[in-house]
Amino acid sequence: MSTLSQPAALRQRRRGRRATGALAGWLYALPTALFVLGLFLIPLALVVQMSASDWPLLGGNQGWNLPQNYSDAVSNRFFWDSVGFTLKYTVLTTVILLALSLGLALLVQESTRWKGLLRTSFLVPSALGLASASLLFYVLYSPIAGPFAGLMKSWGFTFLGTPEGALWSTIFLIVWRYAGFYMLLMLVGLQGIPDDVYEAARIDGASRWQTFRTITLPLLRPTLALTTVLCVTGSLLAFEQFYILTKGGPDNSTITIVQLIYNVAFQGQNDLGIAGALSVIVLLALIVINVAQIRAFNRKAED
Amino acid sequence: MRRSIRRGTRVIALLAAGALTVGLAACSGGDDGDSTSLADAGVDGVDDGSTLTLWTRAPLEKQAKLLVEAYNDSHENQVELTVVPNDDYVAKVGAAAGSNGLPDLFAADIVYVPNWVQQGLFQDITANIDGFDFKDEINQGHLSAGTLDGKEHVLPFVLDLSMLFWNKDLATEAGLDAESGPANLEEYAEWAKAIQALNKPDTYGTATGLNCGGCLVFTWFPSIWADGDEVLSDDGTESLLAGDTAKAVYDTWRDLWESGAVLPSSKDEAGPTWTAGFTEGKVGLMFYPATLLSSTPFDVGVAGIPGPGGGGSTFVGGDGIGVSKDSTKAAQAWNFLSWMMSEDAQVGVLAKDNDVVSRSDLADNEYSQKDPRLITINEVAGNGDTPVAINFQQAFNAPNSPWLTLVRNAVLEGTDTVDADNDEITAVLQQ
Repeated sequence: MSTLSQPAALRQRRRGRRATGALAGWLYALPTALFVLGLFLIPLALVVQMSASDWPLLGGNQGWNLPQNYSDAVSNRFFWDSVGFTLKYTVLTTVILLALSLGLALLVQESTRWKGLLRTSFLVPSALGLASASLLFYVLYSPIAGPFAGLMKSWGFTFLGTPEGALWSTIFLIVWRYAGFYMLLMLVGLQGIPDDVYEAARIDGASRWQTFRTITLPLLRPTLALTTVLCVTGSLLAFEQFYILTKGGPDNSTITIVQLIYNVAFQGQNDLGIAGALSVIVLLALIVINVAQIRAFNRKAED
Repeated sequence: MRRSIRRGTRVIALLAAGALTVGLAACSGGDDGDSTSLADAGVDGVDDGSTLTLWTRAPLEKQAKLLVEAYNDSHENQVELTVVPNDDYVAKVGAAAGSNGLPDLFAADIVYVPNWVQQGLFQDITANIDGFDFKDEINQGHLSAGTLDGKEHVLPFVLDLSMLFWNKDLATEAGLDAESGPANLEEYAEWAKAIQALNKPDTYGTATGLNCGGCLVFTWFPSIWADGDEVLSDDGTESLLAGDTAKAVYDTWRDLWESGAVLPSSKDEAGPTWTAGFTEGKVGLMFYPATLLSSTPFDVGVAGIPGPGGGGSTFVGGDGIGVSKDSTKAAQAWNFLSWMMSEDAQVGVLAKDNDVVSRSDLADNEYSQKDPRLITINEVAGNGDTPVAINFQQAFNAPNSPWLTLVRNAVLEGTDTVDADNDEITAVLQQ
């Protein structure tokens, strides 16, 4: 009896230890779980509920309203314009930012004399909040109070006065604000490439361009993937810079998809149901785009 | 061990229940005043030392502060004022209304009042207003904007009228009769061009907010009213902004824009600085808010806004104020409103600050007698109008409103799309 009961007691002790471990695990995870639940899952569920409900800003939930909210969201007269503008802005911003930040990273990696000064000066704009930076540029671009007001008057030019001017003025702000930050990411990626690979290429007589194309770019792929995903996601969700600089104008030419959601919810239409439907559409689109990006980079890595 | 797990679960459940209780207690909020209903409040309301909360939007901050300070100095009740940036006001009120967290009193741009009354954000104060022996003297535009099914919900908080202002120095320099002002819209354009022709550095004939729906509503609708036309149907669901008078107004401004007599930044002016050029003395004449008379640092002439055929009218804007649906101190809140309509507040606070009074029987007062321009403003207020439509914000004031599209097409682009753009406004009004 005693020989049989010993393993049973052992099993019970092990089970007990496992249970204690499981409880401890749950308790360790609890703060984060509550955080995620409170700040992500509950708001997300609320947005999904709003997107399915007739929910005016001032009237509260008036009951289910499907699929009307989604059809109203897609048939909003600014929906396709805002999608088109957001994609155009995203492509331009991503291409310019990635090219510039890689160029800056190569510059500060190679330069020895001014390395510290250059790195710091490129990175400083990143320390400024985007809303603060936008307000700063709003004043700089102002045709009344800005430092270029006199020049603008004599040239008949306004930064934010034409659709093209407003787009490029905003892109300039974003490049100024983020180039240093992406440069830092690129720099970390560049420094992760072993020196002996470059040494071998040099011995083989590869030119600088060949080295860059066949060694630097392929080995920098994980960093490029990260920066592209960050840049595309950030640009697709662009809001503060346009809210402060253009408010969607002039002539409704710079309405991004998030600005449209804001307008529908709080500026005029005051309809949280349709705004919720737009938010869900954007969320799904973001998931699809991000998954596609990551798959594309992974496939290239496998090739 | 199972027992210890169960004990752990119970502890978590207890903690969660405790947190919920604390949260609910916090949500219910403190209530330091006795709750007396509006029906029992009478014409004076209750002044028992309660603390009241009041929200207003930033453009009316100066007047709101003066009123609140004067009330707090003379009453047991104390009002805590919160000033909210203009662009955030609708969102803040909407969020508070959804969570039953509105303040005791809140003001609303008068063009939004019909919608907000329909949403039930204000309490019915008909019986209390009926107690005033000067009820018929209160500005009728504001009262009717807050009336739904015969029940009144708001009183005028601060009236803001759009008036024609001209810089007398610039007008004299341009050889114009600075004392009389232009008689109709055509003369207005001639004045602007004459002042532009002075070729003074950084000085322009006129200015407006061509990317600001609210500014254009405020300053251009009166030109249409001055000629006896209407801008909206009586029920507020049809736009009448493609009539002959309206088209004459757009044509005049198109001509002005092409002649270069309009401050160039007007094209992109979205509202925050639309009056700055005139206040700095760099603009000859413009349609301008009467509330800024006291802060205009040079000699100006003031008149009603003329139409193409002359006359004079004004947009009776500003904010209405009422007791919120969530107030548990309605009788005390009414005490503030009741005092606000008294001579002490209207003359002793508003008129003293060169602001327009909300009661026509007080229009001619000791302060307005010192400045004939104030009498002009008060008189024009009686001839003005306040358009009423449920979807006013979406159709006119929103940054992407069809009204802005109409004006920009007609004035900046010169396209012949007024009729189609007007149909788009009607479509939004009928949503």
